[in-house]
Amino acid sequence: MSRVDHAEASSRFIKAKDHAEFHDKRLWDLRRKRDAETQAIPEWEELRSLASAIKEHTLSHLGDYLVEFERNAIANGMVVHWARDAAEHNQVVSEILQSHAVTTLVKSKSMLTDECELRPFLANRGIETMETDLGERIQQLDDEPPSHIVVPAVHKLRGDVAKVFGRTIGTDPANSDVAYLAESQRRQTRPYYLKAGAAMTGANFAIAETGSFVVCTNEGNADLGANLPPLHIASIGIEKLLPKVEHLGVFVRMLSRSALGSPITQITSHFRAPRPGTEIHVVLVDNGRSERLGMDDFWTSLKCIRCGACMNTCPVYRRSGGLSYGATYSGPIGVIIDPTFNLRKYSSLPFASTLNGSCTSVCPVKIDIHEQIYKWRQIIAERHQLPMVKKEAMRIAGKVLSSPKLYRAAVEAAAAGIEKLPRTLVYNPFNAWGRQREVPAAPAQTFRQWYLKHRGGKSR
Amino acid sequence: MKIALFVPCYVDAFFPEVGIATLELLERVGCEVDYPLEQTCCGQPMANSGCHAEARDTEALFASNFAGYEHIVTPSGSCAHHVRDQLTAIEQTPAVQAVRRNTHELVEFLHDVLGIREFPWAEFPHRVGLHIGCATLRRLREASASEISEPAFSKPARLLGAVKGIEIVHPERVDECCGFGGTFSVDEEPVSAKMGHDKVADHLAAGAEYIVSPDMSCLMHQRGCAQRAGAPIKFVHIAQVLNGARA
Repeated sequence: MSRVDHAEASSRFIKAKDHAEFHDKRLWDLRRKRDAETQAIPEWEELRSLASAIKEHTLSHLGDYLVEFERNAIANGMVVHWARDAAEHNQVVSEILQSHAVTTLVKSKSMLTDECELRPFLANRGIETMETDLGERIQQLDDEPPSHIVVPAVHKLRGDVAKVFGRTIGTDPANSDVAYLAESQRRQTRPYYLKAGAAMTGANFAIAETGSFVVCTNEGNADLGANLPPLHIASIGIEKLLPKVEHLGVFVRMLSRSALGSPITQITSHFRAPRPGTEIHVVLVDNGRSERLGMDDFWTSLKCIRCGACMNTCPVYRRSGGLSYGATYSGPIGVIIDPTFNLRKYSSLPFASTLNGSCTSVCPVKIDIHEQIYKWRQIIAERHQLPMVKKEAMRIAGKVLSSPKLYRAAVEAAAAGIEKLPRTLVYNPFNAWGRQREVPAAPAQTFRQWYLKHRGGKSR
Repeated sequence: MKIALFVPCYVDAFFPEVGIATLELLERVGCEVDYPLEQTCCGQPMANSGCHAEARDTEALFASNFAGYEHIVTPSGSCAHHVRDQLTAIEQTPAVQAVRRNTHELVEFLHDVLGIREFPWAEFPHRVGLHIGCATLRRLREASASEISEPAFSKPARLLGAVKGIEIVHPERVDECCGFGGTFSVDEEPVSAKMGHDKVADHLAAGAEYIVSPDMSCLMHQRGCAQRAGAPIKFVHIAQVLNGARA
């Protein structure tokens, strides 16, 4: 599988100027709203510590809590399935659907089903999936993955949406009125709730002590789905567990504040038992999570509640767009999760970061994201996944910088040299620095040369 | 107090005036300053690229150059951060641990170790945008970060507040990263340059005539962007301002 070239993809993203500016501003606005909400809660930083501790405890006892969840969910009348990986997940879901003769599925947004690439799998088996979240539906119609885990189509301007809808659902491609577009999508989607034989949701949290799960949404689409067709399938990553209902209070307070800067999602639905005459199936999915749990440096990435705050604050994500990461999960959290799926393919992603650390500061569950990015770089270098040019540059840098003699020759040449070179030689295509920036002017002497002249002999 | 001065490689090569200002300022406030002549770099460029094996000899050289000093001071937040928090490619002997512990960025050394608040010789009658590099901000914690709920504080701003005539103006995104990021600046040139140009524009919009920073690497990057854009804004290291530079 070929490597994702994040730098190249981001270059294309930035060239679309209007889009790039809008994307950066829109997500920065979410970051600012998040700041305002979190600053309105005096105990915010304490909440972060509490949320982190609850998640770390749960992950450290995950097996026990999963078994407890399963026992209670079954007692509530749900059916519980286990899936080791994406293939098993898709198999389980399609078997449930086929055994109920379902050919149409209404689905609310779920990153896990994207991770498992469920939609094409079902399509190949004659099962049509209707995405009911507006952003996710736009992406489905445009045959693109979501670019953000909370706002899937945030990289599109409304004119783009008008074009996609014009092409796919017959609206006026020149009319980009938001109300018109949203209403058109609604009219097209709503009949599916009545027609569909099953609904799928993900889950934000699963509670061990009650065997229930919680879905947080803003559009009401998940609830329409879960409450109309006679079959509800919920795909849940095993890291979504919380021990008790009382712990939910911490996370529900933090989720939407972190994600969108709103106090709470419009709808927070608790699913505990099927309505009479209907079924709820829960699929508990591992897909690499157990393996990640065993990684000393990276297991805390499983604390993630998928709020997207790290993406909104990330200056690189905002300026490169989610699709530039070439993975289901983009932005800082994607950078530390994606390499666990495929180190080679995603080996450029940990370098798509300035290590500024803002992601870590906004993370509601205190994942040390930038520290993990730093550690991934080391693993990528050790496993020989660095580009040859970079590896060689670092080898030479290490040699020069560890030898006072070679170092002095190099910096004194730099100090003396740049000014004398013709501009065309300095600003050549291989000088990435110089494409959009001037190189520093060369001083008359290095600091050391000055020092020897003015303070010579004083030092050891 | 006898201390050692660490002048990072890029400052040595391109910004000797920053090293000179740091040396003079430290002497002015009463330090006896050694400049170990065999010094090169702290190893950060290699370590930040994941190349710890390649960083090893440079880190070892750093540790041996600066062993035995009570304090090691450097006009670069990210280098101080690397030494203190990430210089781990070599064996952690007691001497290495002492070097790491004793290394300070200039502002924190003045502010925390020496407790200096007055710079009567300093006057900088200009509108200044303050840029605190991300390592200085979030690792060395020299100032509160805008995304953390905590009382606002800023050691660099507090020191600059003692400079006559200075007026600090604030960009809209007060602590957004400028996009330098070491090798990120060339590995991810498109995003890096975009961030740098955005940062300069934000400072200009706030009315800054100068951008002042404890992090020369960020300034090198922003200055490169400003010069290319023809933006009327100048760049000066905080050591120069505190040492009495007028422009």
